[in-house]
Amino acid sequence: MLDLTPKEIIERKGLRINPCKTCQPVGAVYAALGVHKCMPHSHGSQGCVSFHRMFLSRHFKEPAIASTSSFTEGTSVFGGGSNVKTAVKNVFDIYNPDIIAIHTTCLSETIGDDLNTYIQQMEIPEGKIVVHSNTPSYAGSHISGYFNMMSGFIKYLAKNTGEDNGKIGIFPGFTNPGDMREMKKIAKLLGADFTMFPDTSGVMDAPMTGNYEMYPKGGTTIPEIIGLGDCKKVLALGELTSMEPAMELKRKCEVDFDCLPLPIGIEATDAYVTALSHFAKTEVPYALEEERGQLVDIMLDSHAYYDKKTVAIYGDPDTVLGITSFVLEMGMIPKYVLTGTPNEKFTKKANALFEKFGVTDCKAKASGDLFELHQWIKNEPVDLLIGSSYGKQIAKAEDIPFVRAGFPVLDRYVHSYMPIVGYKGAIRLVELISNALMDRQDRDCADEDMELVM
Amino acid sequence: MDKRTKILDNYSARVFKNRKDHIVELEDAADPQSIAANSRAIPGVMTNRGCCYAGCKGVVLGPLKDVVTITHGPIGCGFYTWGTRRNKAKAGDDGKNFIEYSFSTDMQEPDIVFGGEKKLKQAITEAVEIFKPACIMICSTCPVGLIGDDIHAVATWTEETYKIKCVAYSCEGYKGVSQSAGHHIANNSLMKYVIGTGDKAPTQKFSVNILGEYNIGGDGWETSRILKRIGYEVISVFTGDGSYEEIKNAHTANLNLVQCHRSINYIAEMMKTKYGIDWIKVNFIGVDETVRSLREMAAYFDDADLTARTEAVIADELANIADDMAYYKSKLQGKKAGLFCGGSRSHHYQNLLADLGVETVVAGYEFAHRDDYEGREVIPTIKTDADSKNIEEMTVTPDEKHFRLLLSKEKFEQLAKAIDLEAYAGMIKDMGNGTVVVDDFNHYETEQLIELFKPDVFYSGVKDKYVIQKIGVVSRQLHSYDYSGPYAGFKGAVNFARDTTMGVSTPAWNYVTPPWRTVPTLEGKIGGEE
Ligand code: SF4
Ligand code: SF4
Repeated sequence: MLDLTPKEIIERKGLRINPCKTCQPVGAVYAALGVHKCMPHSHGSQGCVSFHRMFLSRHFKEPAIASTSSFTEGTSVFGGGSNVKTAVKNVFDIYNPDIIAIHTTCLSETIGDDLNTYIQQMEIPEGKIVVHSNTPSYAGSHISGYFNMMSGFIKYLAKNTGEDNGKIGIFPGFTNPGDMREMKKIAKLLGADFTMFPDTSGVMDAPMTGNYEMYPKGGTTIPEIIGLGDCKKVLALGELTSMEPAMELKRKCEVDFDCLPLPIGIEATDAYVTALSHFAKTEVPYALEEERGQLVDIMLDSHAYYDKKTVAIYGDPDTVLGITSFVLEMGMIPKYVLTGTPNEKFTKKANALFEKFGVTDCKAKASGDLFELHQWIKNEPVDLLIGSSYGKQIAKAEDIPFVRAGFPVLDRYVHSYMPIVGYKGAIRLVELISNALMDRQDRDCADEDMELVM
Repeated sequence: MDKRTKILDNYSARVFKNRKDHIVELEDAADPQSIAANSRAIPGVMTNRGCCYAGCKGVVLGPLKDVVTITHGPIGCGFYTWGTRRNKAKAGDDGKNFIEYSFSTDMQEPDIVFGGEKKLKQAITEAVEIFKPACIMICSTCPVGLIGDDIHAVATWTEETYKIKCVAYSCEGYKGVSQSAGHHIANNSLMKYVIGTGDKAPTQKFSVNILGEYNIGGDGWETSRILKRIGYEVISVFTGDGSYEEIKNAHTANLNLVQCHRSINYIAEMMKTKYGIDWIKVNFIGVDETVRSLREMAAYFDDADLTARTEAVIADELANIADDMAYYKSKLQGKKAGLFCGGSRSHHYQNLLADLGVETVVAGYEFAHRDDYEGREVIPTIKTDADSKNIEEMTVTPDEKHFRLLLSKEKFEQLAKAIDLEAYAGMIKDMGNGTVVVDDFNHYETEQLIELFKPDVFYSGVKDKYVIQKIGVVSRQLHSYDYSGPYAGFKGAVNFARDTTMGVSTPAWNYVTPPWRTVPTLEGKIGGEE
């Protein structure tokens, strides 16, 4: 496995090997799927969206719908105006969504297609909506595509009527439906009136009923997105993912926002809970305090199995920062933390965490790739690896226990239903991490050292 | 209303006009109506098609294990073709297996604005330094063609600077109308730059290349196992578990076996013209078809020993799987299937399903051409359009040094009457009257087809799979085999039968409707009985 990866590291400036990010459009599709009765539309040649649908279907094991402008060579020369107009007509005709969310690809961006103008020229059926966002794949990553699409919805739809609706907007970051459900559960327990945007729960985890519904029950509704402009406040969870759209909303509708980390681990969840309780002016209910207490109880019981163990964490910036912060709370050492997404804030925030918990010898990198991470591990190994399915190769090559978390998880089931956020999510992370390490201990120990009670 | 009309009924006039020629309800399968294929997908209609790059890098070149294939473009395309297709490979003697890796130039905005050649050269320099490959291939994605990077000049520069093989493919996603254009581009350059550059001669009397076998789930290994048992030498495989080192010598083989006609028939034809190597259309999917293919190969070589060995191996392999196949047939007999895949499998698997007593009621392809549906005899009547004209039709001439014919002209013609020698009859003729064939099937039509035909199992790809299952029909992926396989050859047939049986009978199907949904009727009955 990965036998050709040498230990010796040479600095690379041209060659990306085994990336830890992908392109903007897939993030845009995912954001759009979190809007009720929305058809994501890719303005480019049809290959991109074919890849994006596959990618999302493989992670969620669910249908991931999206249409395309199907550029040909001629379109690439003369522009995609007529293609996108035809496409929009056909999509409304055949698939009847309430809204089409167009994103661009590196092709339409390179030729400089102007979606603003095209959309103005379109015949859009009465009561239907078309929005767009620019998502050039030669900048940023799928994370930027996700927040750019969110900003696109906000730009087109959010409205400040001058009268606040008493709600708080919650931007959940690039997370799984299971995470979004957990965040909503907490907000409900605190009695906050909220709009989560986007919200892929009920869409990318839709139940089996024997009937296929192209637009399942879930997703943020259009009136809710419009209403974001009247929210009292927004909680932007995960600064590197959610701050941009929050700033967009502030610019357009003057809605204030607070940036919090993704609620992964104790402190980050505490911050989320506290913010919501301040907003709703409610006491934190016993149900949440109980969960929190259970989490701390479990951590105290199990700490001996992970204390001071070293771990490498890779994936999307806010998710990685969240997990990093939690493993530090658990007493572990996040020796390597890496994201493929280019954003130096990531490194700063990770280093701040190292400092806060007084760990040394830890390394953080943005714009990295898994080839490099593997080389670091070859030079100085770790006890545990946490991240997407693409790390399984490294885990196998170096025989390291492995916990799957984040995007994409292509090789396991159920993960997208289960949270890693909130106290419940943290309990799950403790279970995943301690199981991985303890299974390893059982596997490797001599027969006479096998413990029945651990 | 016939089925075809029902499928088309809801379309607007515009879409109807286009789609009506892509859907055929077979009146007389032996003399089928013609079908429209290999033309543009309609913008906005959720096609299952991918792009030229996917066909070139993803399908044909990706499986070459000893090649560092660098995707020149932004990160997405290269990322999505990393490890997702299941083209398995084991390193050869040189220890090189790049299948586990993904290489990209990850172009950034300045590369788009100022050109990406510099970065590509830098990437190649680094690849050479780290991996010392014997061959590098460059595949371009959409923006590269538009900004005018000359990847072919970079390939020349690489060969001169590093004294290694380097081939560039301008397979931008917008070329052609589907993956098919990419197959063609890949075929052309393999022919131009790789095949015929080696000189390792075969060591055995009967040697073959397997063309269009991508070793998904290990299919190629199962096929090679059977061929080796009979005594064939497999010179090269295009391209599953294949390598640059092997395909260099492809021109030394006696015979080409074409498995996936769509993706590789160009090479088969060009090798015939250039080297005189005949090809036969084989199919190692399905028990009967595997047997037929092996017998046709034996007939081609016309050697008493080989024929005897062929029959002995067939008899032994059949005996080994007979019980299993009979068992699964008893479970599947009479079931109905829908079958939608890329450009060949929708035909191949009909044969395997027939072995199991399953009838294919509706089938189609993503990106096939008319000859894949109607047979190669229609090729002269296929009109070229603006999109197909953009893909180079390469002309080759006989290579004086290597050209040789194994069969005399008379022998060839005589044999052509008996076996699939340079012939392919297409999918449709194997289908029954009243069945429906759909080209470039889309999301909407898939739903319609299931409603109309109520198949028991529907084979398709991952984009459809979960839609189909939500409707209540089990769906197995035929591109990736749902992470199972091999499905080829004799042992593969049993795997396929097992997986299908499992899919239709897993107990979870019994729990789709919760009991309380049926409570009112139950109460009513109890009341009535009293
Ligand atoms: S990198 Fe560009 S061409 Fe490739 S999949 Fe992403 S948007 Fe499409
Ligand atoms: S067998 Fe099908 S999926 Fe495979 S290359 Fe041929 S057409 Fe594509």
